[in-house]
Amino acid sequence: MKKILFIQRRPPYGTGFAKEALDAILMASAFEQEISLVFTDDGIWQLKTQQDTQAVGLKNFSPTFKALGLYEVKQIYVERLALEQRGLQLQDLSIPVTLLTTEQLRLLIQQHDVILSF
Amino acid sequence: MKFAILINSAPFTYQASDTAYQFCQAALKKGHVIHRVFFYHDAVYIGSNLLCPPQDEPNPSARWQTLARQHGFDLAICIAAALKRGILNEQEAKRYGKLSDNLAPEFKIVGLGQLVEACLSADRLMEFGG
Repeated sequence: MKKILFIQRRPPYGTGFAKEALDAILMASAFEQEISLVFTDDGIWQLKTQQDTQAVGLKNFSPTFKALGLYEVKQIYVERLALEQRGLQLQDLSIPVTLLTTEQLRLLIQQHDVILSF
Repeated sequence: MKFAILINSAPFTYQASDTAYQFCQAALKKGHVIHRVFFYHDAVYIGSNLLCPPQDEPNPSARWQTLARQHGFDLAICIAAALKRGILNEQEAKRYGKLSDNLAPEFKIVGLGQLVEACLSADRLMEFGG
């Protein structure tokens, strides 16, 4: 078994990276590996509650994050600094997460066999 | 060492896929093995058989195919990323009622599971672009 860490760095809209990365996370979760997920930089916005994409005509894929627990993605982290820099708090996020200091994030990356960063 | 390669960026616009190509060349020269190159996001355009760059510039599709043939590794294109961007093999072109297909011969359209499998089989994943 390998430890796989997905790092989500991109905002949910503006580029297609976040949405296609989520497909990869869901696929990886089917392989019975140890999957962790961390949101940092503008990737934090992917978890923002009350996303409304109607005006821009894009699909709102944020509800999928609520299903991650069903997909065996149990460890979900957010870098505290990135959250604070964007003026957000835990209650602004759509799912429960564990906050990490930047040093803890560094250690988390070190502890994984495979890093997939989008 | 056995490497899996993930490329995320479009050809021409970004240098990432060129860097990945040079990395593979260098690794192979040192006796390492490339298990699979997986093309995701806009990198799927590299699988097009219709690229016509100017003659004094490299053709990314052609040179990846040459390297893969020489060293016997997979060129795998994500099916979900490819279909929406109009990169189709014969089977998918038929399925979607398109007049033509455009996937270059050495490339294979595969599921995302092949990316995960590559991560698990290789000693190390190298990611380029994105």
